[in-house]
Amino acid sequence: MGPLRLDLTVRRRSFDVALALALERETVALVGPSGAGKSTVLRAVAGLVQARGRVSAAGETWLDSEHGVDLAPERRSVGMVFQEYALFPHLSVRRNVEFGRKGQAGLLERLGLAALADAKPRELSGGERQRVALARALAPDPAVLLLDEPLAALDAHTRAEIRGELQLLLRNAERPTLVVSHDFEDAATLATRVGVLVEGRLRQLGSPAELVASPADPFVASLTGANVLRGRARATITGLTELELPTGELIRSTDRAEGDAVAIVYPWEVTLSRTEPDDSAQNHIGGIVASLVPVGNRVRARVGPLTAEITADSSERLGLRVGGPAVASFKATATRLLSQSGDDYPPKPPSL
Amino acid sequence: MRRAFHAGLWACAALAVAFLLLPVLAIFLRVTPTTLVGELNDRVVLDALVVTAKTNAIAIVLLLVVGTPAAYLLASTRFRGRALVLTLIELPLVLPPAVAGIGLLAAFGRAGLLGSSLDVLGVALPFSQAAVVLAVLFVASPFYLRTAVAAFESVDRDLIDAARTLRAGPARTFALVALPVASAGLGAGAALAFARGIGEFGATIMFAGSVRGATQTLPLAIYAQFDQNFDVALAIGALLVVVSAVLLLLLKLPLPWARSASISPFGAVRSTSR
Repeated sequence: MGPLRLDLTVRRRSFDVALALALERETVALVGPSGAGKSTVLRAVAGLVQARGRVSAAGETWLDSEHGVDLAPERRSVGMVFQEYALFPHLSVRRNVEFGRKGQAGLLERLGLAALADAKPRELSGGERQRVALARALAPDPAVLLLDEPLAALDAHTRAEIRGELQLLLRNAERPTLVVSHDFEDAATLATRVGVLVEGRLRQLGSPAELVASPADPFVASLTGANVLRGRARATITGLTELELPTGELIRSTDRAEGDAVAIVYPWEVTLSRTEPDDSAQNHIGGIVASLVPVGNRVRARVGPLTAEITADSSERLGLRVGGPAVASFKATATRLLSQSGDDYPPKPPSL
Repeated sequence: MRRAFHAGLWACAALAVAFLLLPVLAIFLRVTPTTLVGELNDRVVLDALVVTAKTNAIAIVLLLVVGTPAAYLLASTRFRGRALVLTLIELPLVLPPAVAGIGLLAAFGRAGLLGSSLDVLGVALPFSQAAVVLAVLFVASPFYLRTAVAAFESVDRDLIDAARTLRAGPARTFALVALPVASAGLGAGAALAFARGIGEFGATIMFAGSVRGATQTLPLAIYAQFDQNFDVALAIGALLVVVSAVLLLLLKLPLPWARSASISPFGAVRSTSR
């Protein structure tokens, strides 16, 4: 199927959502805080909200405000998966999936829904509902697939499993696919490119690796899961830059910055020890362990202003406990500095 | 002190329930059940039953056919004066029945607003069976309309949007999604309207009169019979109590999928990020 091109503006009460994107046969994720206008973009592409600008897909113009083109949703070849799936409660799984086009036995089979074909949506688990919603959206073989927070309605356990399924399915999807998510990890798993949307504007668009390696601003950095530490930067005679945190601690980086700046350190770059180690790392911040959260075979530990991600094995070996002391270490070469131009930093990044 | 307060609460509740039930029970306790059933065989009762069934059936069909799309429009469209329209359609709820009767006469009577136009067409509404239908429609419509508007409003907007993205135009979406999903609420509204319709008295007696076999409905027959044959009046009363009780039970038994209003994994929790 042909590419999806959009260049549109949607008026909203507090701000306008304005976005230009071109998608080939690939999955692009839009991430950002809630209320950033991510769902609005999907609805505008589907024709469910009034928008101005241009949208075209598979060589067909769906919206062209200048020439008075604005197709109704039913005339746009989109498949949409809604955040809470919006399955028709009065119809069986089969009739839900066949709502857009009849004869979907093969699709039901392929998505493992054949055995559930006669069940009503309320009898299904969260993961099953998600699959039905996906099958229903794909049944008419749409030119464009839109997924609004496809994993948000699932519990943590099902989520990882469904994310894997969805990843496989999207990889084989032979059409431009636009996914909306508030979670960078979900977005990075599902999409080849990720766009960060804040207050209706695209902050950065790139592969997940690009966003992690060189975030355009502190917000993008915090969204990708980095530690973001604010302070005042000045050059030192050793050629490194020193960032003084409000608490008085100093962080060294090989990057250059002057004045108000932020240091960006990924949790997996931070090591923990019980006492200050004698090693090559330039940065050591001591503090009390505020929390220890197991994530699979790893542990996310909060020490002072930093989150460190270490193996569960190391955590056990060090005997880390909440309330106990620890020293967080990280290298100056793993510390990115971004000068802070004040106005372009959003008020509050989402919690990590 | 606490015990006295609770005793007071129970006493008030018991008094209220007893007061509401006593007249209903009295209908059944005054004469034997066999007498009640026997009296129902009276010609007057059978005539009134036919008139009531016929006029109410026509009224409810008209109400469903016109009222359902009207309610859908009111529920799904925002326009200036919508709140005013929603209030106006509830006016007959609070209007005294006698006012409804005189209003219907003023509008459709021989000398009424539309009376002369209807006359030209050879239609004389007052004191006809059509007048009974109009009276029933006038007093019962608000019960259906307000319930139907609420039922359509509670249909998840995403369901409508999902149908649209699945190639269904507005009409198909209404027929295949909005209507079935709202059906429990629509049924409740129709039952309420029907209950109000079969009990209609004031507007009917003024606008349609009480002609046996033509415009005399069951409530009008009770009124006509209570100084002639009190047992017949009682029997009709008993019949209407049973019908009302059945309707009330139907209202309390919603359709299966109406039990969980939302099918999200979080039940009724819905984000409003739009």
